[in-house]
Amino acid sequence: MVKHPMSVELEQAIITRRGTQLLGPIDLSLSGTGFTIVLGPNGAGKTSLLKVLHGVTRLSSGRVRWSVPDKEAREAQAYVFQKPIMLRRSVRQNLAFPLQLLNFPKAEIAERVTHWSGRIGLEDALNRPATRLSGGEQQKLALARALIREPQVLFLDEPCANLDGRSTLEIEKLLLAASTAGTRIIMTTHDLGQARRLASDVVFLLNGKVREQATAQDFFSAQQTEEAQAFLNGDIIE
Amino acid sequence: MNEIWAGIQAAFRLIVTLDPDLVQITLRSLQVSLSALVIASAIALPLGTWLAIRRFRFRRLTIATLNALMGLPPVVVGLIVYLLLSRSGPFGVLGLLFTPTAMIIAQVIIITPLIASITHQAMRELWAEYHDLLISLNTTKRQRIWTLIRDGRRTLLTAALAGFGRAIGEVGAIMIVGGNIDNATRVLTTAIALETGKGDFTLALGLGFVLIALALLVNFAIHALSRTEREGRW
Ligand SMILES: Nc1ncnc2c1ncn2[C@@H]1O[C@H](COP(=O)(O)OP(=O)(O)OP(=O)(O)O)[C@@H](O)[C@H]1O
Ligand SMILES: [Mg+2]
Repeated sequence: MVKHPMSVELEQAIITRRGTQLLGPIDLSLSGTGFTIVLGPNGAGKTSLLKVLHGVTRLSSGRVRWSVPDKEAREAQAYVFQKPIMLRRSVRQNLAFPLQLLNFPKAEIAERVTHWSGRIGLEDALNRPATRLSGGEQQKLALARALIREPQVLFLDEPCANLDGRSTLEIEKLLLAASTAGTRIIMTTHDLGQARRLASDVVFLLNGKVREQATAQDFFSAQQTEEAQAFLNGDIIE
Repeated sequence: MNEIWAGIQAAFRLIVTLDPDLVQITLRSLQVSLSALVIASAIALPLGTWLAIRRFRFRRLTIATLNALMGLPPVVVGLIVYLLLSRSGPFGVLGLLFTPTAMIIAQVIIITPLIASITHQAMRELWAEYHDLLISLNTTKRQRIWTLIRDGRRTLLTAALAGFGRAIGEVGAIMIVGGNIDNATRVLTTAIALETGKGDFTLALGLGFVLIALALLVNFAIHALSRTEREGRW
């Protein structure tokens, strides 16, 4: 892993679709290590923000700037989508896919596939079609498929949405281990308990804009805005 | 009624004893339609895939044209190919009219739009499903196309089979450009038309059974493919 973690900046980032502004303008700087948790109600723009940072969604205007050249930045990132995308292949082939794209040697691929299938408890399902797994299993598989390249930056869009309590804790353990190993994690969640357990810092989004950005400690102890307060209290906010 | 029953029995005898005429006609039919299938697939599968994943200027127009071509009555295709290949036509010097090659050309024109259109639809769906993942994994253009073709192979095969089914059962166009010449361009469908006209139901029925068997085989294959797809096998 690198000594200086990659950082990223958004400058006046805006996404417009069919005349309405979905996101922005956002100025945001993410650096350091650990977990950045993106919070906000449904439709706030969390997924859009993550996709823009990762580069799967293009900005209508503004800039995304990584601390390393774009190509290098992209290769060091992985993304787990809100709705898991399963290749119409076996679990084994799904896990192997990101490595095959990089022409990893077969033996190395086999070894990592075995390792990661074990860590998500799917070692007995390697030959089953991934599209037939349960929602939660698919989510775990998508996570393992993202971690298998040992990314420096990992984006997670509600990685535990379909998981029960035990699976959620298992996943959190995986994420903490990855984080300790140096992976920078940027994730969204609707589970405030999880946010409290994991966050090093928090970005609070509302209506496509950043309403608050603070360290986890500050955010959870003293919110700067009424909206964030209301959100944490579970009130419905406009 | 008895006559028909006797005809059916005689027809089965033709099949069981591998009647030379019946075998020859069947083989020619397969030769023409399989050749057309190979050529049409070589054009239509890449074209359909390309239309699904690339944005370019005349994309919509190309798709509209494909759909229009799919609706062309085969007889009209036959007429056009006839005019192009006839002695006074632009390709008259090639002397292709009334040869199996002319029939292959007509069938290629008939089934290419069909295969391309099915391919396009299936690939568009798959691309929509895979898009974010493939972009996220930083795939090259070549890797994307290869992944789509690999994981869409069942649909591609289904498209090809549908094309073959259409080709082998087609009669209007190949009658016009092939001329239904004995020992040269007579195939299952044109022979059935002729024998029925002559009142020789035995051979017509025998050929008909072969044609039905082929059509059933194709449909069965398509069905089996869609089942492996649904169950997520291979
Ligand atoms: N491609 C698109 N075209 C039009 N509108 C879009 C598009 N993508 C997202 N939106 C809209 O942008 C807004 C923000 O969407 P986004 O998916 O980022 O929200 P979110 O915070 O992730 O919500 P959730 O918690 O429900 O996942 C929503 O109102 C959504 O309907
Ligand atoms: Mg979302």
